[in-house]
Amino acid sequence: MMLEQDTGLSLAIAQIVQRLKGSSLHSQLERQARGSLHKPEIKLESLKEDIKEFLKTSGWEKRLQNAVYSELNVFPSPCHPAAPPEHIKEPLVYMRKAQGSWEKRILKSLNSMCTELSIPLARKRPIGEQKELLNKWNEMGTDEPDLTLFRPVYAPKDFLEVLMNLRNPNYENGDQPSFRNHLGLIQVPLKVKDIPELKDYFSELGLNTGQLGIDDSTEVPPELFENEHIRVGQTVLTEQDSAAAQQYVRQGCPTALRAELWALILNISNQPEDILYYEQLKSNVIQHDLLVDSLIYKDVKLTASNDDYYFVFEDYLYQVLLCFSRDTSVLEHFSYNSATPPKSYIRGKLGMEEYAVFYPPNGVIPFHGFSMYVAPLCFLYHEPSKLYQIFREMYVRFFFRLHSISSHPSGIVSLCLLFETLLQTHLPQLFYHLREIGAQPLRISFKWMVRAFSGYLATDQLLLLWDRILGYNSLEILAVLAAAVFAFRAVNLMEVTSLAAAEAVLADLSTLKVMPLLQIFLFATVT
Amino acid sequence: MAGKVKWVTDIEKSVLINNFEKRGWIQVAENEDWNFYWMSVQTIRNVFSVETGYRLSDDQIVNHFPNHYELTRKDLMVKNIKRYRKELEKEGSPLAEKDENGKYIYLDFVPVTFMLPADYNLFVEEFRKNPSSTWIMKPCGKAQGKGIFLINKLSQIKKWSRDSKTSSFVSQSSKEAYVISLYINNPLLIGGKKFDLRLYVLVSTYRPLRCYMYKLGFCRFCTVKYTPSTSELDNMFVHLTNVAIQKHGDDYNHIHGGKWTVSNLRLYLESTRGKEVTNKLFDEIHWIIVQSLKAVAPVMNNDKHCFECYGYDIIIDDKLKPWLIEVNASPSLTSSTANDRILKYNLINDTLNIAVPNGEIPDCKWNKSPPKEALGNYEILYDEEMAQSDGSDRDLRSRPGQSIGIKGSRARDSGKPVLTTWK
Repeated sequence: MMLEQDTGLSLAIAQIVQRLKGSSLHSQLERQARGSLHKPEIKLESLKEDIKEFLKTSGWEKRLQNAVYSELNVFPSPCHPAAPPEHIKEPLVYMRKAQGSWEKRILKSLNSMCTELSIPLARKRPIGEQKELLNKWNEMGTDEPDLTLFRPVYAPKDFLEVLMNLRNPNYENGDQPSFRNHLGLIQVPLKVKDIPELKDYFSELGLNTGQLGIDDSTEVPPELFENEHIRVGQTVLTEQDSAAAQQYVRQGCPTALRAELWALILNISNQPEDILYYEQLKSNVIQHDLLVDSLIYKDVKLTASNDDYYFVFEDYLYQVLLCFSRDTSVLEHFSYNSATPPKSYIRGKLGMEEYAVFYPPNGVIPFHGFSMYVAPLCFLYHEPSKLYQIFREMYVRFFFRLHSISSHPSGIVSLCLLFETLLQTHLPQLFYHLREIGAQPLRISFKWMVRAFSGYLATDQLLLLWDRILGYNSLEILAVLAAAVFAFRAVNLMEVTSLAAAEAVLADLSTLKVMPLLQIFLFATVT
Repeated sequence: MAGKVKWVTDIEKSVLINNFEKRGWIQVAENEDWNFYWMSVQTIRNVFSVETGYRLSDDQIVNHFPNHYELTRKDLMVKNIKRYRKELEKEGSPLAEKDENGKYIYLDFVPVTFMLPADYNLFVEEFRKNPSSTWIMKPCGKAQGKGIFLINKLSQIKKWSRDSKTSSFVSQSSKEAYVISLYINNPLLIGGKKFDLRLYVLVSTYRPLRCYMYKLGFCRFCTVKYTPSTSELDNMFVHLTNVAIQKHGDDYNHIHGGKWTVSNLRLYLESTRGKEVTNKLFDEIHWIIVQSLKAVAPVMNNDKHCFECYGYDIIIDDKLKPWLIEVNASPSLTSSTANDRILKYNLINDTLNIAVPNGEIPDCKWNKSPPKEALGNYEILYDEEMAQSDGSDRDLRSRPGQSIGIKGSRARDSGKPVLTTWK
């Protein structure tokens, strides 16, 4: 056992060293170390120790620590060296297969739209058009292209149908319902946490811990918690320590510190080379027109542009999402995402691997509501390049899991199952009632979870929720909140007799206070 | 028959009528006995005119002060504020302190403004100091963005100069009078868009001054991207944020109507700029509203039958300094979206709760200080009586010669919100 742990650790170290070797941090460290040789405090006889000391005092060691921490957070721990790469993407074969056929469906739909509208997947813009786009880069929202013929490739409810049909071929479901059956829509056996495990996992959300979103309300004197919490937050920022920041935000970010704390956790520093990289993506957008651009336009127009909170940021959404679709560095996340980036072939070379290109270049096909992943971040970052990097990091750490079929605990399948299990176990009467009237709870809550509640909660509440996603490096809180919302509205829901009526009860979540709901559901309910 | 309030209105708006009916009030005709009249500014002129000479009895309340125009006409507001500043300066008040450039430190909150044609020569002098600036021309007596245009060359307003020389007193009262103000050409942009703030302020009495701020104000966004270039001067959609104007823009959205709540603004500013500067901005907004009211209080006919709900228009520049643009006596009660309807319904509801306590037959001699629970979404912005008792306390304790009242409690540097220190 000890031996196994050791091998696991050394494998992980090797993997991280390997990845950091190619990074710009590596060359920066090298340059710093070389530069330090001229300093008087660096002695030849204690060269190694002196350079280490120098990197420590000059803050470079902290940056290295943060980079390692970020790697640990993002990449899965390595499995057995003999395991094939698809195992890292998704260990269960039936999940991989399901994801594969779902991708085929998406592509088919995308291709048929292309053929129907006879629009190419990509084309180079004529010079005149490039200039025009460059000029209106900051006001793309004023453009009103005719998008009536475009339709979102899929919407959350299409995806839900797919998840409902997931089955584990090795598991005997049995056609006869029995007490063993899961009565929800998700029929695959995955391990999800129960309430005691959740209490343990989310222990910092407990009743005896100060929380922003509860203990900063106007009735609570700030001396009790808020002032001290803000002071600690400022210290965390001064220290520039990602791990400390992640622990800190479990109790919530003070509004004024959130942007910097999130950037610290995500290890985003917006260096000149990052800004340059963003500008490069921008010029790619200017040069080439992609079919997905129209899908992005359409999505923003259908969602964020009509949103009371986010309409103001419409132009920022284009500036982020169009660049995102060109960003090939996003492809890296497919090494741990069950999804596989779609390929397209250069005209006339269909099926010839050497002429294959990923399409769109980042490998991500946007669906209805995709832009809502970006919208709340616009409240925190007004510089497009920083906003962009934060979003990209949030996507490759979290959001991709909300529309890929996988067995990961933060994957959408597990979230659905967690939600249904929580309801079925803790509010059985409500669960059965809704099921009986044909209002399966997941049919209502699915869209909340797929969008990580963006567009459903008031922005301040949403940011408090996302604080916890970052703090626990997990999306499970989404399922807990969805269940807590049902619990909160249980009395009204027991009275409804149709899906439409149940939907009406839960139509407006903008007045909900997230943290009290979570706390009551997890810690104050007698179970 | 005691108990039921009899109401009249000449503004057929559902947010008003629903509120009256909810209270079980009875609608009567204008020429019958009424207790409560929600009237347009045209009607108030007749009610208090010398010729018609209504005499309101103690159980009658109206929603305007007789000469509200001292505040709500652009030219008169500026005149009153200028006079107020001069008076404070003469008194040697610390409020009238100026910086090294000769600008008021605490009272420079209205963009440089002149009356045309009356002040034409003064304007030309100012214009020549800064020939590249843009100015905005607004007719004195019109609202909702009507008749407004921008200029950046003297030739564009030549026709106001001729009149000024011949008969300045005629034109002053005539409808052709304009105010010309320095255009705020560095507005704070959010999402690249320009916006202004619409805040609701209720005054229940001017002497002593007691006013309330409505917590649910909103930002009104331009639908077209802001470019300060002069080629866009004609595109009014870029520059004006009045919904009445924006509604004609192609991009007008009927779901949100280009409106963003003040709480969104606060969240955004605090997240991107920090807590201190955000608090300071909101403190300053409250400050300029109170100062504008104090400026007109001495000339206002503080009729005890009156209260008034004003719509304050404020623009914030990119240094987070708020500028008072104008004050409306009849803020629009038309609802552009569903949320807007809820907001305005609640605004009227909370206004009535303060103006007509308990929905009972009014008695205009009541002391006009409702209990805290009755305020709804209003909060006390300034209560002169309370501030004075506060201020004199402070004065007893502090050294003589130190400022009292508002200035003393303003606490610019302590970072504490003004409101808490005033209450």
